[in-house]
Amino acid sequence: MEITLNWYLTLSALLFSMGVIGFLFRRNAIVMLMCVELMLNSVNLSLVALSQSMGDTAGQILVFFVMSVAAAEAAVGLALVIAIFRDKLTIDVTQINLFKY
Amino acid sequence: MDLSQAYSMMMTDLGATLFLLIVAVSGLVLVVFDAFKPRHVATPWIAGLALSAGFVIEMMSIGAPEGLAWYDMMRTGGSAAFVNSLVLGSGALSIILTVPYLKKIGHNIGEVYAMILFATVGMLVLGAANNLVTVFVGLETMSICLYILTGFVRSESGSTESALKYFLLGAFSTGFFLYGIALIYGATGSMEFGAIRIAAEQSAGVMFWGGVSLLLVGFLFKVSAAPFHMWTPDVYQGAPTTITGFMSTASKAAAFAALVVVLWKALPAERWADVLAVFAVITMVIGNVIALSQQNIKRMLAYSSIAHAGYVLVGLASGSQAGYSGALFYLMVYTIMNIGAFGVLALLEWDGKEGSEQTLESLAGVGYRKPFLGWTMAVFMFSLSGFPPLAGFLGKWAVFAPAIDADLVWLAIIGVLTSAVSAYYYLRVLVVFFMKPEGENSPMAEHSFDIPRSSAAVLIACVVLLVVFGVTTFALDVTSGFFAADTVTQFLG
Amino acid sequence: MQPEMLIKLVVLLPLIGAAINGLGGLFVPALRNKEGLIGMIGTIMVLLPFLITVYLFIGFQGDAIISNAFTWMAAGDLTIGFDYRIDELSLLMTMIVTGVGSLIHLYSAGYMHGDDGYWRFFAYLNLFIFAMLNLVLGNNLVVLFLGWEGVGLCSYLLIGFWYKDRNNSKAASKAFIMNRIGDFAFLLAMFIIFREIGSLDFDAVLTDGLTMSQGSITATVLLLFIGATGKSAQIPLFTWLPDAMAGPTPVSALIHAATMVTSGLYLLARLSPLVLMAPGVMTVIAIVGAVTALVAATIAITQNDIKKVLAYSTVSQLGYMFLATGVGAFYVAIFHVMTHAFFKGCLFLGSGSVIHGMHEVEHELEHDGHGHHLDPQDMRTMGGLKKFMPATRMTFLISTLAIAGIPGLAGFFSKDEILFKAFEAGTHGIDVGLVVWVVGLITAFLTAVYMTRAYVLTFEGEPRWPHADKITPHESPWTMTVPLWVLAGMSVVGGYLGIPAVIAHGDLNWIHHWLAGEQGPVAEAAFEGHVALAVEWGLIALGSLIAIMGVWLGWRWYSKRGLSFDEKLAARFGGLYKLWQGKYFFDEAYDKTIVRPLIGGSIHGLAPFDKYVIDGLVNFTGFFTRGASFTLRYLQTGLVQSYAVAIVFGVVLLIWLMLF
Repeated sequence: MEITLNWYLTLSALLFSMGVIGFLFRRNAIVMLMCVELMLNSVNLSLVALSQSMGDTAGQILVFFVMSVAAAEAAVGLALVIAIFRDKLTIDVTQINLFKY
Repeated sequence: MDLSQAYSMMMTDLGATLFLLIVAVSGLVLVVFDAFKPRHVATPWIAGLALSAGFVIEMMSIGAPEGLAWYDMMRTGGSAAFVNSLVLGSGALSIILTVPYLKKIGHNIGEVYAMILFATVGMLVLGAANNLVTVFVGLETMSICLYILTGFVRSESGSTESALKYFLLGAFSTGFFLYGIALIYGATGSMEFGAIRIAAEQSAGVMFWGGVSLLLVGFLFKVSAAPFHMWTPDVYQGAPTTITGFMSTASKAAAFAALVVVLWKALPAERWADVLAVFAVITMVIGNVIALSQQNIKRMLAYSSIAHAGYVLVGLASGSQAGYSGALFYLMVYTIMNIGAFGVLALLEWDGKEGSEQTLESLAGVGYRKPFLGWTMAVFMFSLSGFPPLAGFLGKWAVFAPAIDADLVWLAIIGVLTSAVSAYYYLRVLVVFFMKPEGENSPMAEHSFDIPRSSAAVLIACVVLLVVFGVTTFALDVTSGFFAADTVTQFLG
Repeated sequence: MQPEMLIKLVVLLPLIGAAINGLGGLFVPALRNKEGLIGMIGTIMVLLPFLITVYLFIGFQGDAIISNAFTWMAAGDLTIGFDYRIDELSLLMTMIVTGVGSLIHLYSAGYMHGDDGYWRFFAYLNLFIFAMLNLVLGNNLVVLFLGWEGVGLCSYLLIGFWYKDRNNSKAASKAFIMNRIGDFAFLLAMFIIFREIGSLDFDAVLTDGLTMSQGSITATVLLLFIGATGKSAQIPLFTWLPDAMAGPTPVSALIHAATMVTSGLYLLARLSPLVLMAPGVMTVIAIVGAVTALVAATIAITQNDIKKVLAYSTVSQLGYMFLATGVGAFYVAIFHVMTHAFFKGCLFLGSGSVIHGMHEVEHELEHDGHGHHLDPQDMRTMGGLKKFMPATRMTFLISTLAIAGIPGLAGFFSKDEILFKAFEAGTHGIDVGLVVWVVGLITAFLTAVYMTRAYVLTFEGEPRWPHADKITPHESPWTMTVPLWVLAGMSVVGGYLGIPAVIAHGDLNWIHHWLAGEQGPVAEAAFEGHVALAVEWGLIALGSLIAIMGVWLGWRWYSKRGLSFDEKLAARFGGLYKLWQGKYFFDEAYDKTIVRPLIGGSIHGLAPFDKYVIDGLVNFTGFFTRGASFTLRYLQTGLVQSYAVAIVFGVVLLIWLMLF
């Protein structure tokens, strides 16, 4: 059985949905961060596959940008998580509700 | 293309994006400079001068025809120059307001200025983008810097908490945004605006419109349109006040400008207009209605900023040249009003602790103790609620009138009704400022302060601009020149 | 510089003055007690326009100059420019406004000394001058109307200047409301003109406007006249003016004697060709003017408050001017506006000087613990002031004689001209002329009597305030006496601008040639043939005789018997005197017939409707919105993941809307 573009796209969509669901239901800020990474990387998969199938390099170029952005986001995100942890000794996002209504 | 040709092209492009380079390089210089000379007085000066220099350059090229640079990745001149000057001007004014504010709250950190510069770079890239890649890079550069700026007051849990919220939700929405780009890329085989449109006009299926929907999610999140707005009140409340002012104006202007260009250049004119109209209604209603019951004045202004995003969406939903130009004009007016309003609040803030005590009641009678702040605030509030002859009125007219022309009368009516609601909470600020006696244990009564001349100058400038743009229409003429029909054909051709 | 530029400067300078004093005082509290600076800015910003106007006046060539400042609005057929018009009439009016205005500004610098609202006062006063200049210089009815409303606003602000006293606020409101009634008629007149000819420029109104149908012309002129009765305090809208004396005395002199109240006359003179086309309305104008003159003069005899006497005198003199307008002698009305500005301005300022002095007495009485409450405006507690205030007394005397019409002084010339014109009209087929002529003669006599009474009670005889042997007032400072002398001087010589026609066949009547000459802007009723020369001399002699007799009788009665003569008058005239003293009960009648039914109707009819039906709806909306607000805000839980759920919900909604 040949692995066509649709396989990649389907896998990507599945991974993306897992990321979204994980983000919605996990309470640990770091896990949520990882879910976001999962979403970004699933899109990367789509981009690479599309790029390859169309014989166009623009998608792959974007992937590089996405990776660097993801790295930067991870750095900032972890720094923020550490700052929160120092303050509250927890990274459970349900405890982060100083501002509401 | 031989080497010398490539070289001369690069030099041309560098010249065309000189403003961007100045800001970016100054940001890098500041990071290094601050490492060796922490908290040096020159730091804000460098940042301010870099932004002012960029502002002047871009102001001068507003009249220039639209052009492309960097292998069609970026647009120059025309509307790009307008948005760039708006962002740069907003940044410069925010820096002037930030200097005394940081000193007051005791967090005079040099990196803040570098971060403002980097965020500005992101906004400039975003506002001048001509390709989804550039949009993505600009958007993310801006967002990451804003996360940091929101949370830099690490000793306050409010600040870090709101930064984390902002970060998580921002990254989450980025995921959708990126997926949208991927789908559009898959459907059209390109990420360049013009090419996307050409391909989409031939065939646009579920994949394309699904991609457009997800792309819009990213934009609507950044401009805080409901129901993607939920981060806004928490972040605006928690962030340092002048940063809130910067964030609520420049980043919104840049994101909206990019959205305008995407709608105008990349998408076939169908389907999305009614969708945007629906979101405009939700946004206006949610923003204005919830703002009514807010006690914290920063939070109230956050909801007000949501409502204003709704007004701009009304202009976009009309999908016409007048609508786009009205939206850009509105963004400019909105930027001036909000920088002023947050500037006043920054001066009145006696205790940033937890950000939870900036209640309206504690500001009772301020108008008499500080008549200057009271009266300038009055101008900003009247303009925000859209009283003529201030610019807020003309701005509303500029976005509602095209909607009526586009047969969206019901949308304009809802807009006017909700902005009538808004008058209540804007004027309540003035009632509290001027008509309520000062409470005995009002924190304002305990200590007095001087208004720094630089801040006063910024506030006066905002007031003057609001009056000027309110009674003259030349700015509106300028913005409508950007979307003339021939520009599109020239671009597509 | 070009006149076009200069005229803009004339209008702009007072506005700049108002802005400096107003905004400066508002935002920089430290400036508020720099009285010298504020007074100087205020005065100079009116004096400079006066000098510029004099320069323009000297260089005026005889052709109207239109200066366009900017186009105000252009909507459909309607184009309204901020155009200013320089011609004979507007130059004369501008000189009166700025000339008398700058004197009164100078006077106020002394009079208002020590008042908390010093800066506010000068800001309002300058703003008034700005509005008044728009009124007299505007080249179309809209700019005129803008000025018209502007002076109304400033008058309101200044009458209620000491707003902490409720009566002052009431007087201010009364003036404003009465003016608004007139303004409404004025607006209607403008609508008619615009509907008929599609333009509101004077040039168009005075050419195309004359070809309107007779009905339209009559309606327009009548409505304009009603507008004028509001602003210029004529029956039936005159009762606000005496109440307006609640404002500071310089205000009474500037606004309620010299300038604003004459703007109705200006309006009719400006549109005189149109007015002449409506003879029926002119008859009405003449009668209203004459009746107002008589009614106000009779009231003035009975008043004891020095400013009230002057106020009723102003109403009476304005009636005179309308009388002149009604018989088609527009230029004479303007002539009387000018002379009246001099002597009435001087009288008011003099009364201000007296009040200033009596305030001092009141203050010292309280200070010494005598506990007497003294009304510093009541003539019954004055008397003998000539010893203490010689300059005030001399100037007051001169202007009293001027207003009484003693030959050789300003009032004589203008008043005589009015009476002559009325007589001329009466003998040339306009029957009402003779009637108003007789009424005018009676009023002239009464004027002489009540002004002499005011002078005698104030300055002659013995002091009547308590402890007069110990406590005495002093003469006012130079800033107050200099304007008095200047105005008194003008009251003497101002009349020679209009030497009666009987001398040198009218060649020396400068004001006639200036305003109503070949190309002058003011029209006049023309009659066949002339009144015989001997009759004219006779009329002049009659007028002089009446004036002299009035002054002589007034002097005899009041210097001998003083206050007790009032009682004798009251006894002799009985009910009539009561009627005068009660001011013909206009206020009471208005209260019974209009104010009360209106208030009653609104309390019992409209108020409940408003409260339960309208407010109910509004409150429900407000309640509903607030309720929604308080409910919806709980969606904002503060939890990141609930926000993310909202985003996902938005995503679904967006995709659904976009795809289906």
